[in-house]
Amino acid sequence: MCDQTFMAATFGPCDSCGKASPLMNIYIKSEAINYCSFCVEMMACQQLQKGETLQSLKKESDSLKKKLEEERGKLNDVELHQVAEKVEVLSSLSIKTRRVLKGHGNKVLCVDWCKDKRRLVSSSQDGKAIVWDAFTLNKVSEISLSVFYFDSNAQNGLDNKCSVVPLSLDKNENLAAKKKSVAMHTNYVSGCTFTNSDMQLLTSSGDGTCALWDVESGQLLQSFHGHTADVLSLDLAPSETGNTFVSGGCDMKANVWDMRSGQNIQSFESHESDINCVRYYPSGDAFASASDDATCRFYDLRADREVAVYQKDSVIFGASSVDFSLSGRLLFAGYNDYTINVWDVLKGTRVSILFGHENRVSRVRVSPDGTALCSASWDNTLRIWA
Amino acid sequence: MSSSSSIVAMKKVVQQLRFEASINRVKVSQAAAELQQFCMNNATQDPLLTGMSSSTNPFRPQKVCSFL
Repeated sequence: MCDQTFMAATFGPCDSCGKASPLMNIYIKSEAINYCSFCVEMMACQQLQKGETLQSLKKESDSLKKKLEEERGKLNDVELHQVAEKVEVLSSLSIKTRRVLKGHGNKVLCVDWCKDKRRLVSSSQDGKAIVWDAFTLNKVSEISLSVFYFDSNAQNGLDNKCSVVPLSLDKNENLAAKKKSVAMHTNYVSGCTFTNSDMQLLTSSGDGTCALWDVESGQLLQSFHGHTADVLSLDLAPSETGNTFVSGGCDMKANVWDMRSGQNIQSFESHESDINCVRYYPSGDAFASASDDATCRFYDLRADREVAVYQKDSVIFGASSVDFSLSGRLLFAGYNDYTINVWDVLKGTRVSILFGHENRVSRVRVSPDGTALCSASWDNTLRIWA
Repeated sequence: MSSSSSIVAMKKVVQQLRFEASINRVKVSQAAAELQQFCMNNATQDPLLTGMSSSTNPFRPQKVCSFL
């Protein structure tokens, strides 16, 4: 009869769980591991490499973090503004308000340009989305929805869904009826964008994840996990063949993701507060972020580090939104102190301040052809600057 | 068991860090030079940077013609 009785040679606190119990004397690579039998089972089941414990993993993670910092530090041979010293200083810009779009009944939260470079669509807390003709200031159409944030015709709401509304030039068409719900998160949807093909929609959510959806079927194609708090913003890389996007959130991190694999490729953590907005540099090799810590920062993807900080002692209010001019030389940033600061991306200096709004600037967007900047504000208006 | 979930979580963190540590990086001087080059190459096509004349920019007020 098999009656196995183990004589426990030692009794004491387990190295892994700390409880006092009979220990199994195991030697792994001639190192004594004193675990209780339960922990040995756990180790086997979780396929931990021999000898991996919580402590060893913690040690490895700390040493990897240090190594990452060192590697990044080694390449920091010069600052961006030093390289840009030889560049001519920008002459003062003559950007002024050219149009004020009035019509919303409450805070305007979001705005985006249509690809035809003259129509704009904006959404407000009054529950309406308005399509404007920016040249004539005519309202092309008005849609009532529980809409709060959107990009290029896809609208997000605090009902955790993202819907797509096709916009057409036919004024008689009932657009609200054609609304189609595509994305479904477990918390509010904070940002969305169509991918290059227009057949897929990328969304970011207060539930800490980003997701890729098929517009036609509404099916979830890929989800992106890694943020440890609400994701507030995302932007798609500009290249036609590109398959990456950047997201920023309340965990103060900006993450770059591969859309096909769902893998988090790079992570940047230098902000001191929530990141409200992330936007790619036109070449796709860098991106900027706007944060509640009153700074905007510029990160280069190939150098894998922050290369510039746009801040001033006199700027103490959080930045809500950023966008680059066509060449990438200017960075427009909207702040909670009702202004828009224009920064010289290379030199790190402020070129201009745009005054005009009477409440927080919630979003800034440069037109697709680069001729104008549109800003949306909590003062219920939109302004076009050129 | 909380320690098992934290072990799993730590494993993920370590895997992610290993991945991030292995990517190829470029010196800041080189990256900065390329960013600058991009700006310079596209500066002339940037209307907000160079300023556009009233006739070509649809948003700027056009000079009104008046009959004498």
